[in-house]
This record gives sequence, structure tokens and C-alpha cells, in this order.
Amino acid sequence: MIKPLLYPLFLLSFSHLIHAELRGTGDLGVVIEREPAAIQIINTTHNTALSRVTDLGDLSHASVVFSRDARYAYIFGRDGGLTKIDLLQEKITKRIIQAGNSIGGAISQDGKLIAVSNYTPGGVKIFSAETLQLLADIPALYGDNQLSKVVGLVDAPEQKFIFSLFDAGEIWIADLNEPSTPKIQKFKNVGKQPYDALLSPDGRYYIAGLFADQGLALLDLWFPEQGVKRILPDYGKQDEKLPVYKMPHLEGWAVAGNLMFIPAIGQHEVLVIKQSTWQLVKRIPVIGQPVFVMARPDGRQVWVNYAFPNNATVQVIDVKKLSLVKSLTPGKAVLHMEFTPRGENIWVSARDDNRVIIYDTSNFKELMRLPANKPSGIFFSSRAHKMGL
Amino acid sequence: MRASEPSLERQEVLKNMLKHDCGSCHGLTLQGGLGPPLLAQDLANKPDDYLIDTIQNGRKGTAMPPWKPFISTAETRWLIQTLLKRAP
Repeated sequence: MIKPLLYPLFLLSFSHLIHAELRGTGDLGVVIEREPAAIQIINTTHNTALSRVTDLGDLSHASVVFSRDARYAYIFGRDGGLTKIDLLQEKITKRIIQAGNSIGGAISQDGKLIAVSNYTPGGVKIFSAETLQLLADIPALYGDNQLSKVVGLVDAPEQKFIFSLFDAGEIWIADLNEPSTPKIQKFKNVGKQPYDALLSPDGRYYIAGLFADQGLALLDLWFPEQGVKRILPDYGKQDEKLPVYKMPHLEGWAVAGNLMFIPAIGQHEVLVIKQSTWQLVKRIPVIGQPVFVMARPDGRQVWVNYAFPNNATVQVIDVKKLSLVKSLTPGKAVLHMEFTPRGENIWVSARDDNRVIIYDTSNFKELMRLPANKPSGIFFSSRAHKMGL
Repeated sequence: MRASEPSLERQEVLKNMLKHDCGSCHGLTLQGGLGPPLLAQDLANKPDDYLIDTIQNGRKGTAMPPWKPFISTAETRWLIQTLLKRAP
């Protein structure tokens, strides 16, 4: 405890400062509530909700990045809202509407820039992380002066952002070493309708999933001059495509040893790919269209959730056996999962049961249920120090 | 028309689906996302049969899946009426 007597007398009048609990932010996180649009600030050591911040616009699709001091959360909302939230003071520091329709964001390697990817107007905007002042606008122009929706935006080493153009079938690298004059490198004809992308945890490989094409588009950032290659070009060619009731997300690049796990699209399978040779090792059959395929931080387990109508179930793949070992039913409409920083627990959101469920990943036992209003994404501050998230 | 309306309980399920499941591509406020906006003004000039076919059977070459396994034609009709009646 702070001893007030150690402080000069004039400080005593700021009694709220003296009595305020000192705390770090490393075990904090954010749970998105869709309706009414809000976030809960939560604590992953004590499994508690600390507070709620409201009036955040349309959060039907939302994602979050953290400042490198892990004090601030940046919320990217569907309606183009960009909100900076102070996790310690539990309030909005600044909120702007930066576009008409938005899908995601990223924070730069040095923590000074925020990039947002937009559907309307199609492109990427760059903001100061400190002030949210607009620094650069990168319209996603293609073809006959059209604007493409932008997806799969990630930060990459050497102060770059990488993103994919859904309508144009392109991947762009933006070099932000001079924030007001981004240098753009374009890769065209990478495949039809890239719908999301991921960056490997070491920051070397960018992979985009293709909705209307076979396989995946791979860019090796160590050898950009080699261009974008198609991997798994023959995957699923003979199989009839099943309907997709929710687009998969590729953010959870799951790597165990040399293996990578990704959701198939239009197939009820998780694909296991060998990194470096990019050959398919195994197709693991699962109960639905996978949405998130996420590795526990130690890589021993991979957790999978599903699109409608199989979205009441979560399944776990044992990486040693490359097969399913557990099915759980956390509640109706499971939208997202997030591991605690070292993976002893996982938090799972069940939208239509209005709750977040916390499991012990070593024995799959339920530890806690927290009430939440139509919860969707869950984001922990440990993301602050990871590339590509 | 009234005779074919879904039960009140079913209407709640359909409204929740519209908001959250359709909303995951078309936006929770239906102003569009990866899929086009579904506001009254966007749908007004499209024939009912076209809208029903799109929802029931999906649209080839796009990400729109068929909802036939989950929503009857009568319920689809009711959903479209609900969309057209929404205030701008």
C-alpha cells in the first residue's frame, strides 16, 4: 500500500489518486458486446469483469489491437468507428468515425501508427496512435478507377502493413517509414476474392485465403521479388463446395513444430500444412465450417469454432495425434475464443446465451461463466507484443 | 398474407438470425459489409421472386449461401416484408 505520509501534504487533497489501486495491464483484456455496442474490460488472473465502456456504434464486426505499453485498446467497429480506450481509467480517450464501413485494423511495429482497413470507401487509412489524427490515406484503386474492399490487414516487420484487395484479387505492401508518404508495392492476380489473411508469428509469411479460387496465396516477405505463389492449388478440386454461412478468419495461425492449421473453406475440415514445403499433411474432418482455428500458445492443442448452424460446438485437436480429442458445448452461437497469455485457460463467447465461459485447457473443465450482452470478440492485452494480430 | 405469418416465437428467432447471422456479412444494421446493404431503399426496386430466390438458393459466384434448409419460403417472404418495412 502507498503510505500517504510519504507524500507532500498538497497531494493529500487528491485522495482518489492516493487510494487508487496501482495495477498493470498485462492480465487485462477486452470482450466485445454487440448489443448494445460496448466493451467489457476484464481481468484474466482473477477471471473477473472490471467495467464496461458504452456507446461504441455498430460492433457487428469488431476487432481490437493494443498499444505497446498495453494501456490502450483500439477498437475497430463495423461503422468505421475507431475508438481508443484507456484500460486503466476505463474510459474512451478518443473516438472518431473514419469511414463508412470498416473491417479491421493493425498497429505498426513501433506502436506509433494505427492502420484501418475499410470496405467503404475501399482502402486503408493511417492514423497517429497517440492522437488518432489522419496521417495518410491509401485508396484501394484497381481496374477502371474502382475501389476494392480491403481485408486481411496485418502489421509486418520494418514498419510495414500488408493487406488484400477482395474485389481486385491483389496483395499490397505499404511501407510506412515515412508515415505521410506510404510506399506501396502491389502484387496482382493473386487469386479471386481473398477474404482474410494471416502473418506467421515470425513475421515472414503472409497468406491470404481465397473465397472464389483454389488454394491460398502465399507471400514470403524475405523474398518479395519472387512474388505471390499459390499453395495447395489442387486442394478440394473434386469436392463439392459446401455453403459457407460465416466467413472463416485466418488470424489464428496455428503452428506446432513445422505444422500449420487453417480452416478449409466450403469443406468441413481443418487443413494441416507443412510449413516451408507447403504440402498438405492431413485434412482433419470436423463438424462444420471452421471459423477460428487457434493454437494454444505452446502449440499442443488447436481449438476450433464453427459457422451457423454448427455454432454451439467447439472442438479441440490434439496436435500430437492430429485428430479431435474433445467436443464442448459452451452455449448458443459461439463467436470467438482467446487463450490467456500462456494458455492455461481459454475464454469463449456464446452470443445467444449472453455469456463468456472460461475453460481450463489442461482438463477442459469449466471454471467460470461471466454474463455479457451478445458477446463476440475477446482480445487480451498480450496481443500488444505479437506481430500480425 | 397474415395467415402465412410465422408464429411470434418464430419471428423472434428470424429477427435474431437476420440481425446476427445475415448481419455477419450484411452488417448488424444491414448497411452492408462483405455482402451488399439490405436497407429498404436497396431492395425496393428488386422483384420479390428475385429476393426469395436469392435467400432460398443463394447466389452462385458470390458468398451468399442458400438458406433453404433453415427458412421456409413463407418465412423468407415475411423476412423480405420486414426488411422493406424498416424505417430508413
